[in-house]
Amino acid sequence: MSRHFEPRIVGFLCNWCAYGGADLAGTSRLQYPTNVDIIRVMCSGRVDPTFVLKAFQLGADGVLICGCHPGDCHYSEGNYKTARRVPILIKLLEQFGIEPQRLRLEWVSASEGDRFAALVNEMTEQIREMGPFNRNGGGENG
Amino acid sequence: MAKPKIALYWAASCGGCDVAVLDTNEKILDIASIADIVFWPIAVDFKYHHVEAMEDGVIDLCLFNGALRNSEQEKIAKLLRAKSKVMVAFGACACFGGIPALANFTNRDEIFERAYIEAPSNDNASGTLPQTLTKVNEGELELPEFFDTVSNLDQVVVVEYFMPGCPPPVDLILKVVDAFATGQLPPAGSVIASDKTLCDECDRTKEEKKITRIYRPHEIIPDPKKCLLEQGIICCGPATRGGCGLRCIKANMPCRGCFGPPLGVIDQGAKMLSALTSTYEAKEEEEIARLLSEVVDPAGTFYRFSMAKSLLRRKRPVPVEVGAK
Repeated sequence: MSRHFEPRIVGFLCNWCAYGGADLAGTSRLQYPTNVDIIRVMCSGRVDPTFVLKAFQLGADGVLICGCHPGDCHYSEGNYKTARRVPILIKLLEQFGIEPQRLRLEWVSASEGDRFAALVNEMTEQIREMGPFNRNGGGENG
Repeated sequence: MAKPKIALYWAASCGGCDVAVLDTNEKILDIASIADIVFWPIAVDFKYHHVEAMEDGVIDLCLFNGALRNSEQEKIAKLLRAKSKVMVAFGACACFGGIPALANFTNRDEIFERAYIEAPSNDNASGTLPQTLTKVNEGELELPEFFDTVSNLDQVVVVEYFMPGCPPPVDLILKVVDAFATGQLPPAGSVIASDKTLCDECDRTKEEKKITRIYRPHEIIPDPKKCLLEQGIICCGPATRGGCGLRCIKANMPCRGCFGPPLGVIDQGAKMLSALTSTYEAKEEEEIARLLSEVVDPAGTFYRFSMAKSLLRRKRPVPVEVGAK
């Protein structure tokens, strides 16, 4: 594994809580790595599993999904759908030989800028240690 | 005028697609009367060299079933493509990989190890594995190369039409033959099936879906009038193209997804995962853990027929240096 490996992580952040949290991290001048490419979605429930698979197919090293805390969803139920979807998706990714740490679901409220910064720090470090995602999958025609 | 020429081929398949052609019963005679069958390994005695001797583009319609799992199948796919005007991916395996592509959850080495070494019926003390070339006194013997990854047909050659199904139903086969005979084939790239999902065509009673437990088909006798998904059986209808005539549903069995993803969907498994988890009633951690334990094999269930065409396509090899700096 290269010492200069910089992970690319795709972050799906819900508009109402997590994106606000990331925004607060920025306006509070908190330091966190630039490895997360943030995509704002209206709700963590909007994150179709296809998006996650597509991110990996295009070479992302990790995917971070952040939504409102349980009970706080702007659309009342969206984050519960995500809470059910992600564990099964992680199980499915493991069947594809993709380490479970590469997909992470976390709840971040709009007031938790520090939590968001710490989370990105932690995930970036973890994936840096794991090394790049093997996007082509090996094999002569893989 | 000479009769149009039809070729049929089986690659990595079970033979069911060929049987489906024979299931057209007396209509098979109509097919034989409007066209000459110039190549059909299961039924007529033409060899590869007969096809090789033909001029390019001389075959009018080629119905190709099966996935591509070895070099012989790939070679014949390319050969038939060159000789055919219209190439049809016939059946789920040719369209999306089908059951053979589930082998993409493993690899060549593991398959050889299991099939030729581990399996209890083997008597192979010397650990002999298939070789592409073997030297014997009389010369060299050749076997097709076994691929690590199974492909579907349009990953190797250009395909005009896709006719999904395991196997394609007789009415769709006759529809294609009729369209071909009357010169009314749809635009290239078309899928010969419905543009709706299976759920859209299903006539069972559907209410609000709130599943509290997932049953495997042998654990429950389902109500034949009620939506199977609502009864807790994983039915792939929400993420599967319709047009199959509801064969499984009418037999009180859940849809397994052999018609592949519906119009506009690129990854059938992801959509089915999404549909199932959206309808399951679970909020607390222990309820979610129960859901997780009830879906025993998510990848195998959601990608049963569409693995080769899925976004990730195959299992990644386990990295040697997990956690190493």
